[in-house]
Formats: sequence, C-alpha cells, structure tokens
Amino acid sequence: MAEVTVAPLTLPGMVTLKADLADARVAAAVRAACGQDVPARLGASLDAGGHGVLWMAPDELLLLVPDATATVAGLQGALAGLPHLAADVSDARMGFRLTGPGARAVLARLTPADLSAPGFGPGQVRRTRLAQVACAVWMTGPAPVDLVVMRSVAAYAAGLLQGAAAAEAVAPLG
Amino acid sequence: MSGRLATGGRLIDRSRALEFTFDGRRLTGFAGDTLAAALLGAGEGLVGRSFKYHRPRGIVAYGPEEPNALLGIGRAGRFEPNARATQVDLSDGLEAESQNRWPSLAFDVGTLNGLAARVLPAGFYYKTFIHPRPFWKHLFEPVIRRAAGLGRAPRHRDDDTYEQVHAHVDVLVVGGGVAGLAAALAAGRAGARVMVVEQSAHWGGRAPVDGDPVDGRAPDQWLGQTLAALEEMENVRLIPRCAAVGVYDHGFVLAAERLTDHDPGAPGPRQRLWRIRAGRVVLAAGAIERPLAFPGNDLPGVMLASAVRDYLVNHAVFPGDRTVVVTNNDDAYHTALALVAAGLRVPAILDARAAPNGLLADAARAAGIRVLAGHGIAGVAGRQRVAGVKVCAVAGEGAVVEEIACEAVAMSGGWSPAVHLWSHCGGRVAWDADRAMFRPDPAHPPRGADGTAMVIPAGAANGRLSPAAALAEGTAAGTAAATGQDRIDGSDDPTGTDIAPVWMMPQGAGPALRAKAFLDFQNDVKVADVDLAAREGFESVEHTKRYTTLGMATDQGKLSNINGLAVLSQALHKDIPAVGTTTFRPPYVPVTLGTLAGEARGDLFQPVRATPMLGWHVEREAYMEPVGLWRRPYCYPAPGETHEVAVAREVNAVRQGVGILDASTLGKILVQGLDAGRFLDMLYTGAMSTLPVGRCRYGLMCSEQGFLIDDGVVARLSDDAWLCHTTTGGADRIHAHMEDWLQTEWWDWRVFTLNLTEQYAQVAVAGPRARDVLETLSGDIDLTAALPHMHWTHGTLAGIPARIFRISFSGELGFEVAVPAARGMDLWQALLRAGQGVGITPYGTEALHVLRAEKGFIMIGDETDGTVTPRDLGLEGMISKKKADFLGKRGMERSHLAAPDRWRLVGLRAADDSVLPEGAYVLDAGRTENGQRATQGRVTSTYWSPTLKRGIALALLRHGPDRMGQSVDVSRIGAAPIRATVVAPCQYDPDGGRMHG
Repeated sequence: MAEVTVAPLTLPGMVTLKADLADARVAAAVRAACGQDVPARLGASLDAGGHGVLWMAPDELLLLVPDATATVAGLQGALAGLPHLAADVSDARMGFRLTGPGARAVLARLTPADLSAPGFGPGQVRRTRLAQVACAVWMTGPAPVDLVVMRSVAAYAAGLLQGAAAAEAVAPLG
Repeated sequence: MSGRLATGGRLIDRSRALEFTFDGRRLTGFAGDTLAAALLGAGEGLVGRSFKYHRPRGIVAYGPEEPNALLGIGRAGRFEPNARATQVDLSDGLEAESQNRWPSLAFDVGTLNGLAARVLPAGFYYKTFIHPRPFWKHLFEPVIRRAAGLGRAPRHRDDDTYEQVHAHVDVLVVGGGVAGLAAALAAGRAGARVMVVEQSAHWGGRAPVDGDPVDGRAPDQWLGQTLAALEEMENVRLIPRCAAVGVYDHGFVLAAERLTDHDPGAPGPRQRLWRIRAGRVVLAAGAIERPLAFPGNDLPGVMLASAVRDYLVNHAVFPGDRTVVVTNNDDAYHTALALVAAGLRVPAILDARAAPNGLLADAARAAGIRVLAGHGIAGVAGRQRVAGVKVCAVAGEGAVVEEIACEAVAMSGGWSPAVHLWSHCGGRVAWDADRAMFRPDPAHPPRGADGTAMVIPAGAANGRLSPAAALAEGTAAGTAAATGQDRIDGSDDPTGTDIAPVWMMPQGAGPALRAKAFLDFQNDVKVADVDLAAREGFESVEHTKRYTTLGMATDQGKLSNINGLAVLSQALHKDIPAVGTTTFRPPYVPVTLGTLAGEARGDLFQPVRATPMLGWHVEREAYMEPVGLWRRPYCYPAPGETHEVAVAREVNAVRQGVGILDASTLGKILVQGLDAGRFLDMLYTGAMSTLPVGRCRYGLMCSEQGFLIDDGVVARLSDDAWLCHTTTGGADRIHAHMEDWLQTEWWDWRVFTLNLTEQYAQVAVAGPRARDVLETLSGDIDLTAALPHMHWTHGTLAGIPARIFRISFSGELGFEVAVPAARGMDLWQALLRAGQGVGITPYGTEALHVLRAEKGFIMIGDETDGTVTPRDLGLEGMISKKKADFLGKRGMERSHLAAPDRWRLVGLRAADDSVLPEGAYVLDAGRTENGQRATQGRVTSTYWSPTLKRGIALALLRHGPDRMGQSVDVSRIGAAPIRATVVAPCQYDPDGGRMHG
C-alpha cells in the first residue's frame, strides 16, 4: 500500500562496545569515535547522516560509524586498561527503512514494543522482536523508522515487513 | 413455532433481506440478524443434537453462552466447524449445516442412545468402556466417534488471512454496555489511552432491550450521546465484534476481532488478534443468565428469558405464540411484559418464590398476566419441541396440578456475573448469598507486577445488575483505572436480591425427574449425573466436572457451572462456597487457529536462517536439511546421482583431493576481559587460560551435573580475548549459558561476551590439496610450517581480510577461513576457482559426519544426549586435573557418573561389514525386570565409509574400551540380531599423520 514503503537500509560500519557506560573515559572514547554522547537508557544519539550511537543494554552500545576497523582500533587504544570489548559487527546485521505515515502501524503488527507516538520517538531505540526474530528499531527524526535484524534472517524479516505493509493497518492510539 | 413479527426489531434492516441456507434449505433473514435470530425467525427450532444421547436441541441463548446452536459455516476454504449461531452475523448466501446428526437432523439414529440413557450414566467413559480392552478399540470407540463428532475439521487450506496487532493502552475496557461505556468516558476524559472491546456487533449491552432509563434518559438516547462523545476522543478506540478472551500476567490481554466474518470474501484479514498491554483492565463483561433445572428443560423451545426478549426486541423474532415464563427472580418479568407488549400471549408466569410482589410483578399482574407463585415445572410436553408444560408446586415432589399448552418456555434462574477474565490470572470469586451468585472478590484480585489489582470489575460483571449501578460503577472504575487506582467502592444497589435460589425444580424431585433435568445441554449432563458422582465419592468440583463432563463442552460451562456445583453442594450437604467453582481458563470464547497463527504461515511459518552462501547452495540444487533454524546442504547431488553416491563422492574428494564446506553456522563467541581466561577455565573442562596467543585448543563444556553440553575449538586472539567456536545448534544456547553465569554468579568478574556468529562467513577447506588451493589465492598469509595444526593466523586472502584456523574435523589437512559475512560469497567463489584444477568439491553435512565418524570424532547430539560425560566418550585427557574447579567437575565425581560399568565409546564393525541400524541396541543376556530384552549399549553413529569400503559405527558399550575384539549382538527391527566386533572408535589414520601433514 502506498502508505508505507519498505526498503533495504544501507548500514554504515557498526561497532559493538561493551564497557561501563558511566565511566568518563568511555564517554570520551565514544565522543571521539562518533561525535556523540553516550545515550541514556533506550536512547539513540544519531546525526542527520545516520552516524552515531545506539543504546543496546546497560553495558552495551552499538556505534554507527563510517569506518568500523578504525573505530575499533581507536576505542581499544582509548580504553586500554579499562575493562571493555570492542568488535566490528558491520556484517552481522541487515537493515530496513520504513517510510510513510503508516510505519508505526505496520510495526505494531509485528513487534510487541510500544512504538506508538506517545511511546516511542526520535532519539530512541527499542530492542524487541519482529514476529519470531530479534530486532532493534530507532528513529533519527520524525520519520522514517529504521530497524535492523540479524543477517541470517533478513529474508524472513523482509517477508514480514512486506506482508504487514501490504494491507491497511490500524494506527496505534495517539 | 418461532417466527418473525411484522414490525419492530431495533437491529434489523427490513429493506435488506438476506438469503441463506440451513442444511440445504433456502431461508431468509434480514441485515442485522445473527444466524440464530434468522433461524428462529424462519421457524427453525431444531438446530442440533446433543453429544451423548442425540436429543433434539434448539437455540437457548443470545450470546456466547449458547450451548446448542453449533453449526458448520461456509464451504471449502472458508468452512468453519462449531460456529456459534448466536455469534455469526448473517450474510447474504451464508451456508450453514447442522452437526452431530445422522442421517438427518429430524430423524437421528443416535436418539436410540436416549433409550439407552440408563446405561450411559455419569462416568460412562471411565466405567463402561475400559474393560474388556478389545471392545474399546473395535466396538465402543468407533461407535462413539461416529455418534459424537461435534463438527468436522476443515479439510481445505484456509482461504482467509489473519493478522495480529500489538496495542499499548492505559485502560482496556472489556464490554461495551452501560458500565463499559461509562468507564471509557471517564477514563478518556481523564486523558488515558483507552480501548473498548465489545464481543457483539452492538453497543449498549442489555440496556436498550430491557428499556430501563440510564442516567434519566431512554437507553438508546443515552447510548447515542455517549458513543458520540467517545468517538470524538482521539485517545479512545471503540472496537465492536472483538471478544477479550484471556487475561495474563502483567496486564497482557488477548482479544479476537471478527473483521470480515459478516462480509465473507471482503478484502483484508478475516480476523485480528489484539495483543494488548493494558495498564489496567476494567471488566464490564456483564452477566450470564442461568437456566433452571426442571424435567424436560432441554426441549427445543425452552430458552433463557433474557434471550427471548433479546430476539424479540432486537430482531422482532418470537419463540412461539404462547410463552410460559418460569423464574425465581424479578428479571424474567421483563420478558413477559415485552411479549405481551408485542401482542404475544403469556399464559402464565410460574414463579418459584412464595410471594413475588416487586414492581415488575405488579406490572405483570396489571398487564393481565397470570402469576402462579410458588409454582414451577414438573415436565415439558412434546417430543421434538415444546407443546406444553406440566405445572407443579415448587416445594413438592412434582405432582402435576395443571397442564398449560404453550410453544415456548422462557426460564430464568438468576444471573451469574461473567467473572471469567477476572479469574484467568488468579482473581478469586466470593459467593454473594443475597444475590445467589459468585462475584469478584475484591480482597483477592488478579495482581500485576506491582502488587496492585490488574482488573477492576464494574456493573453486572461485579454483580450489580441495575443500569444505575452500572453507570456509577463504570464511571468510578474508568476514573480509577485512568488515575492509578486499582479498586472502586462498589455500589450497594439491591437489584437481584429478590432471588430465591432454585437448583432443582421441583425441590423434592425424585430420581426419575432428576434424570430429565439437564444441567449441561451440550454434554448431556443431568442433575441425576451429578447426584451419582456425589454418591460415588466425587467431592471435589474439579473431579466431578471431569467425571460427568459437566462444563467440558465448547461453551465451557457458561450456563451449567453454577447450577452444577450448586447441585453438587446439595448432594454433599455442603454450602456452595465450600464446594467452590472450577477453574476459569482462557480462552473465554473459542478462537480460531488461524487467528492464533497470524502471519506465521507459509514462508513465514518460521524464520529460516540463511548463511551468506545459501543462495549458491540452492542454485546448485543441494539437498538441504534443517539444522536448528538454519538450512544446510546435506549433499550436492550431481545430475542423476543418488544422495548416497553424492556423499561418497564428496567424502572421497576430501580424502584424496580437497573439499569445501560452508561452516558459517558454527557459533562464534568472543570472550574478552581481564578475567576471561579464568572464566573460560570454569566453562571448559580443559585449561584455556594457558593457551598461547595464536593457538587453538579443542574444548568440552559440561553442565553443572557433569554432562557434556557442547564442544568446539577455542582460539586465543590476544592477551585478554578468546574466540570460542560452538556447535551450530549451540551458539545461542552457549552464549546464554555464559551470560547466565556471568550475570548471576560471577557478576564481579571483568569479562564481556559477544556472539559474533552472524558477523563471519566461515569455510572449511579440507583435504591433502587444501594448502595448495589456499596458496593459489593471492594473499599475505604463510600457510606452510609457520601455521602448524591447531594454530591460527590472519591476513588477506583473495583481497578479503581473513582469519585462518588450521583445524580439522575430517582428519585431513584442514583450514577454516573466516571472513566478514558480506564477503562470504566472494571467498566461496574464489576458492572454487582456485581449486578448479584439483577438482575442488563442495561437501555437505552428511559427508562431514562420515569423515568425522571415520576418525572417531564425537558429534554433540549423536554421541551425546544429555546423559553422557566426557569420560564416557574416552575424553578423560580433555579434563584438566590441575584446575581447582570447573562447571561439571563435582557433578562427574558422583558415584553413578564415575562408575566403571557406564556405557563408554567404542567402534563397532559388523561381521558382514554392513551398516548397522541407526539407534540399534547392543543386546545383553536375559531380560530386565520389565520383561524387556536386556541391553548393554547402543549405536550412536553409523555410516557407510567410502574410505574403508565397509560400514562403520560408533557406540556406547558397557566396559567398552576394555572389550576390544569381543563380539556383541546388535538389535535389528524385524530381523535377527547382527554380530559385530568391538573396535577402536578411530578407524582411519589413527596416528593423525594426515592432519598434521
């Protein structure tokens, strides 16, 4: 339907960083790596180009950067001596972008997270499910909605999203 | 017989006649009818046969409590069995068929069962048919199956689609009657996100039919104004045709919405399952009228009094020219008055109470209706439908004082609040003796995670039956739910306290009459059956339910439960609260399987995990097998090749030349941190902290109990980082296992883990020519003596950044190459090109298995089954003796796990070199105490070895390693045991020269 377009999302380099997110050195290293502050719980700090950092867990961030290899090296240098794990995960996931006013309604068919306007908006990320697989959803601005799933289930996720976008959807309560 | 009045019917559109068929007969109804209303309007009194005795059954109720009118609807891809006619909206061309009758509804062979009722008493399944055993299989079961069969399962693929939608609301209101709409209005005005679900197609509940004023206005006027106000609120959503079916932990509620059932074939999904997370639930589900248990109460034409006036007011449908009302409370007088107002005759109201003198009784007398106080029904005349009633004194044994001719009986035994959803998640009910009903017990609500009540009952669902109480309680509940309160001060409205409980009519009825008074119409459970269960010692209501099948039908006892347990309490001489209720379980009304499946059908039934090379495998027409959710090539048959031939070719290629395997599915978990070595020493039976950087070590992981749960090669990447390979199926499980220990036991250890399985594509390159192929690819990696067996290195291969592990699961010279997943296909293609000259051969999982079995390497899931220790597999050498502790250490020291006579790993070679049967037992002398053949071992892996040109097998055998060269017998199904010789597990290249080469 015309209300929502589902398209592959070209993902930048991605780096998982696990560390004590409250540590000042971590904050500095993240800022140096992607120009953003460590986001609060469920937060997404992203620039207009889609680079930045997503909060994934109390001790885990996902950095979206132009060059993952350089970022891993930078983080490892900056955090030497501090317990941490930094790894290039650029190939582990596949992304989708939902464009159009029905994006939230399409996702309400597939994910148990509250993605209604009162429950979710720009600057936030949700790790949740897309039917039977894990996904992470975020918004860089008022629209569109971006999400990632693990690489091996990308075809399944594409089928889900196309199917959910094909019929008229019920908008979440405002 | 029943029929349609020339005027009236607030829900029907007489300008839109709809044609439908019932058992092939063409009938007509109106838009706005349910199928039940249309059938009654068309004079169809007989709609089904009862389950056990095949007695004729007619429509009893108006809503989801209907026990009898279960019909097959539609055809082929849109056929649905067991559809409740009261909940099916009539549509043009609808096809309905009755169920449970043979050869036809009117002439049913099964009614002979009625003559045999005396031999089909309570517990008949358990008593009659258990012995003699052969009779069950050959006689009783086929007969019962033929006679029973409430509906047949659809045989066609479902033409419709279904969807599920998750919703998050502050307040979910269940029920769109006065209480529910008042709650929605209050909650909506308080700014909450509100959703209202109403199971029927119409709003207002009973109020518009009963006609009592609401908030000083005519009910339809109040309804119109209230709906208009609600529809203006953006934070309120009203959903008709949507039944809340279950309340679960944390305010999770399932509701099933019927989208196109009233318009079959319309575009879009047929039904929608709402998965609702509600801050608070207002339960305004109303109440269900109870039947009265009197002899003959199951004949078509006997209906609930409320249903009679629902059909009359909403559809202008009447049950017969003359309707006798029988009641124990005031409410049924509404029905008598409505019938008279419509010009129909009510020959008498039989009121079980000694002195009915409320306003409604006065109104009935004023309308000229004869009221017989203290009287009831001792019998119903008629065979296939009501022809009259035999009147008796309620207090007596049933002596007939008068017979009254009539076509219908409207009965009311009082009202039972619909407490089901209150009870699903732990809410208890309390007996309200003044109103003779179980009500939600405010002291024991279903509680949410914060300890507060998840559900607030209001109105009739709370046992408060008047519109005034519904309005007051609904408003209070809506306000409370929207403002963080979890309870309301209930109304003290006295409506309903005029009831005189009657559980058997007449009270002194003897066995003959009690055997004709039905409690559960669908399952044919009578008062006499519950009496019998009590006499036989069934004191628990749960046991009585199962013994008699009371309340076990598709209506789940909506009509029968309270009457049944009341009869049981009388038989046991106990109070009703002492007997209690059976457990209310979801779903409240049946939900079709398609709705529960939602989008999970066809290609989306289950996620299929794809490696980066899956497309190539599929294109090559590899034979695929599921491994967990992955699809992996089992083998790559060439045109005309059988799987066996293909596997042998692939094995030979690896032994003689070079093969490549897509190993991307192997789990890859990064473990990093200052305490990572210490952590891995606890997880693996061997020592990982001592592994030098650049080296690989095979590791075993045990559960705390000492049983082997996973294995794989661990590579040390740096001072503080290790990469742990797991089995394909173990990646997620082992990662969770790691996090479980880190988060709950060793939370202060400085260790991080990350599942990198999806980041890398991995290819095993194995065979004597493996190094030649890799060296053909341009790169900066030295693969000669600089990379010995069980070492790893990294660099660039064919322009791709790669890690190369020199490891072997085939026993040949072997490398596993890991590259970023997006480059996996590039690597695969590069290897194929590089190996063209040496006949490089892709091999599948079956060749992998044969290769490792030839070498005696174990496979998790074949040699292990959760009861096998490393020692059982001859892997003592993998268990560190230096470590103070590791997971499983103490477990495997327990006497049974350390016992010398455990079954341990050996090889078996059949005397005739054939392939031993999969899963076969190694037989022992004698028999077990259960009379089974004694065993001393079992075959765990068995293959044809193309290398050795004979069958090979691995087995677990008692004292196995001590018995080399002995002969044993291996079982075969349907054939004599086969002799086999105990040999070493490793049957090929035992000194390992090939893989170290």
